[in-house]
Formats: sequence, C-alpha cells, structure tokens
Amino acid sequence: MTTPVATSAPTPLAYFATQTYKAFNTNKTSWIGLAIFVIVILLAIFAPVLSPYDPTDQNIMEKLRPPSWEHWLGTDSFGRDTLSRILYGARISLVIGIASTLAAMVIGSAIGMLAGWHGGRVDTVTMQAMDVLLAFPSLILGLILVAMLGPSMHNIIIAIALTSIPPFARIARAPTIAIKEREFVTAGRALGFSDTRIVAGHILPNILPEILVMGSLWLANAIRTEASLAFVGLGVKPPTPTWGGMIREGFENILDSYTLALVPSIAILIVIFALNLLGDGLRDAIDPKLKGEG
Amino acid sequence: MTAFVVRRLLFACVTLFAVLTLVFVLVRIVPGDPAQLILGDQASREAIEALRQRLGLDLPIWEQYTRFLAGALRGDWGVSMVTSQPVIGEVLRVLPWTIELTVVSLILGIVLGVPAGVYAAIHRNRLTDYAVRISSLLGLSFPPFVAAIILLLVFAIALPWFPVISARSGSFTAWYQSITLPAVSLGLISAAYVTRVTRSAMLEVLSEDYVRTARAKGVPWNAVVWRHALRNALIPIITVVGLYLGILIGNSVLTEIVFSRPGLGKLLIGALNQRDYPMLQGMMVIYTLIVVLVNLLTDLAYGFADPRVKLK
Repeated sequence: MTTPVATSAPTPLAYFATQTYKAFNTNKTSWIGLAIFVIVILLAIFAPVLSPYDPTDQNIMEKLRPPSWEHWLGTDSFGRDTLSRILYGARISLVIGIASTLAAMVIGSAIGMLAGWHGGRVDTVTMQAMDVLLAFPSLILGLILVAMLGPSMHNIIIAIALTSIPPFARIARAPTIAIKEREFVTAGRALGFSDTRIVAGHILPNILPEILVMGSLWLANAIRTEASLAFVGLGVKPPTPTWGGMIREGFENILDSYTLALVPSIAILIVIFALNLLGDGLRDAIDPKLKGEG
Repeated sequence: MTAFVVRRLLFACVTLFAVLTLVFVLVRIVPGDPAQLILGDQASREAIEALRQRLGLDLPIWEQYTRFLAGALRGDWGVSMVTSQPVIGEVLRVLPWTIELTVVSLILGIVLGVPAGVYAAIHRNRLTDYAVRISSLLGLSFPPFVAAIILLLVFAIALPWFPVISARSGSFTAWYQSITLPAVSLGLISAAYVTRVTRSAMLEVLSEDYVRTARAKGVPWNAVVWRHALRNALIPIITVVGLYLGILIGNSVLTEIVFSRPGLGKLLIGALNQRDYPMLQGMMVIYTLIVVLVNLLTDLAYGFADPRVKLK
C-alpha cells in the first residue's frame, strides 16, 4: 500500500508570479505598456552612459539649434543638448513618481485596511476625511503644498504623496471589509492570532493585486502632477533638467523653436500612456466584475 | 425628496467646515513667520510686528480660527498683500472666466464622450471598440498643459486660425476665438474620461435581464440602447462627471496659464509666486465652495436620474 503523495502546493511567490503572468496575458496591451516602461527605466538608469553631452553644459554659440547629427533633438536657449536633458529628466520624473506613489500606497492602504478592519466610528471618520481630501482638486492642493514647503525634491514627493493617499485608502478598505468575514480570518482569530498578524499576513496578500494595479495608474498620475508642478515653476530647481521644466522653457521660446516644448511633451505622454496601458489591462484582468469583457 | 435634500445639504456643510479647517491648518504649517516671509530679511522689527497685527497673527490660535471661519462664511477674506484690494473682489472678478471654461469643456466632454462610449459598448471587441478604447486611454494620458501647447502650436502658430493670446471681450467671434482652443484642450481630456465610464457602465447594463426582456418583446434596438440602457447607466456616468469636475478645475489652472487667459488659475499662480497669503487662503476657500457645491449637485442629480437613490 502506498501513501498518497501530496502534490506540493506552490510557494506563495511562485503562485503570485503565475497569477501575474496570467493577468498580463488577459490583455496583451499590458505587455506593450510594461515593455515601454521598462525601456524608459533603463534609459533613465543609463542616462550618464547614453547622454552625448552633459545636460547642464551651456554653449551659447549653439543655442536653439534644430535637430541635427550633433544634437539629435536640437538644443535649448542656453545651447544645452535636448536629448541629454530628456534622458536625465526621466530620472527626476521616475524618482519623484515612484517614491511618492510608494509612500501613498503604503500609507493609504494602511489607513484603508485599519478603517475597514475596525469598522464603526473609526471607519466613518477616517473615510469621511478621505472623501473630503479626494474632493479637493489634487493638483491645486499639490501646488499650494509645494509652494508653502518650498520646491525641493523632498517636498515635491511629500506633496504628491499626500494628494494620492485617499484613493488607496478607498481601494484597500472595501476588500478588507469583505475578507474580514471570511472563514480563514475567523479561523485565525480562533487560533489566537493578533490583529496585526491577521491583517498583515492574511488580508494584505488578498488585496495586494488591486493595490499594485492602482499603483501603476497613480504612478502615471504622479508623473503628470510632477510635470505640472515643474511647468508652473514649482519643480526641482534648475539647472537640473525636469520634463515639466523643459516644457516651460520650451513654451517661453515657442515662437523660435517648436521642438523645444514638443520633445519633452512627447516624452511625458509616452511614459504616462505606457503606464495607463499597463494598469488598465491589468485592472481588467483582476476585476471580477469586468471579467470576460476583454 | 425633502429629507434626501436636507441630508445632502447637512453633509455639504460638514464637508465645507472640514475643508475650511484644513485650509486654516495648511496656511499655518508654513515654516517660518508669514509676516517675515512677506516683508523679507531686511524688514525692521516694528514693520513685522505691524504686519502681524494687521494679519491677525498676534492673536491666540483659537481666536484666529473662529475669525477665519466667520470671515470665510461672511465673504470677508481679507485684503490682497500685493494689490491691497479685497480678496473676494479679485476672486469674483475672474471667477466667471474659469466657470465659463470648465462648463464649456465639460459640455464638450459629455457631448463627445457619451455617444463614443455607447458606440464602443454596443460594438464591443470590434475594431471600432478598440480604436475608441485606445484613443480614450491616450486622451487621459495627456497632461492638460501638453494638450494645450500642442493645440496652440498647431492651430495658432502653424495654422493661423486662432490668435495666440485671445481677445478678452466684444463680439461673438472674439468670444468664440478665445474659448475654442482652451475648451477643446480640456474638453478632449474630459471626453476621454466620460467615454471610458460610459462604455463600462453600458456594458454592465446591456447584460441585464431587463435588456433581454425589452429586446424579446420587440422594442427596437435603438430604443433599448438609448432609452432603457443609457438611462440605467447614468448613475456611474454622473459620479465620474462629478468627480471629474474637481480634476477639471485643477486642470484649468494650467490651461489658463498656457493660453494666458484670465481666471482663477492665473490668480492662483500669481498669489503663489508672490506669497500672497490672504489671497491664497481666499482661493482655497473659493475652490472649497465650488467643490462642495459640485458634490451637492452630483448627489441631487443621482436623485433625479434614479428615483431609488432617494429611498436609501
């Protein structure tokens, strides 16, 4: 007599990987979005190697040149190489976008899970506060915060993170309430697990996919907000190249050279579109309500 | 219906109160003394003290708070540090420009977005559906100032169809020329949002039993789509339009800058650059009022679109 061999359950990580792969395949556009985004990240990381010039080197003899062999994307009003500035500018956009989105994701989900887990008055008050924050135009809130705190990389990250907390709190709360009543949570309680252990170990993994997908969509939003701040002069200080700042400078010289404003505009558009393709495709895959709607 | 309206009004008051408190706190978390910041490093101690008194900064924090609340509700928002004019007057002078821009863009967004969304939903998974979905995704990827700059480049600089800086008043032609590019740049982005929510709301409704019943009893397909299905899809569409108005007001700041159009946006950026605190505080109050009012209207619109909402 042989003892039945239990097929080994996949490790959580392997399970997560296969589920992610499946989600990507639901909507092929997610792959395109991911590919573009990875290329942008690589370009940003290798900016020092890839840039033909120093992004802050001024050469007044070469100012406002159209695209040429020496300067593929032309030069700006200080004679700085636009291509090099685009590559370095990607770093600022990505660092600010990723840092602020991560912060909002962590803080927002924690708030949402706590509100959902405790219920009652804690829930009502917290979510009411989130709704109020959500109602206020986030771009204006961001503008005012940065203007008051001062436009440094730090403060920009804080301001964008603060304005993107409410949506994460919202998205984390609803599933927490639903999962709270499930058997495995009751079982955990019966076994004497602490609240923290149940929330962090058992509820978080269940809502993580939704939070991550939201994250990719809000990363797009954070990059757009950073560019908007820089466009009105509240970005990381010059001469550090930022895409929003480059558009601002290009806009000031728009009658002399239209490429100056157009090139960084297209760069931002590509990144945000890629992230939206990625997040939107994945959202279809994980949202049970939309399943099969392709 | 009365109970419903009263409840929504009460909630609007609570929100207004909460955001006003937030504004009060925000203006006071600034590192440093506002009076010092306004007057600069060279100012004498007496001048700073005088300004502190004028701004009411020497009062205890609770008194400042009650004065601020009372003032905000009475319409007494203080005096601009830069122009020495009452803040409320400056705000009300440019408010119609911003309202005009947001309303025209929103109408444009709805007029383009709803039919596009319905069309995509009833042609689901066909080529036209994909085209609508990709273009709406592209539309909502546009930072508003990028859309504005591209329109300006094409239709005012490359093709001289519109003036680069719009005329401020006068004939219908002047109005049309000044509003078209800003409203189109914001309207196309709004249309992208409206298209997406309309499409997904329609898809959900079209799979309902009553849609099948309506078709089975011989209601023409067009009537099913436009009269039965779209009416039931209205609630999520209204929600998104209501939420989007907040974003739209934020976006209009950038559009107004690009087209150098007067409005709240120009006033806000000016106040930010010059650290005009009373003006900033007043602007946040007006944005709060607008947002609370929009939320209230959205809630009331639910009641009209779906009688069941009132019962909840």
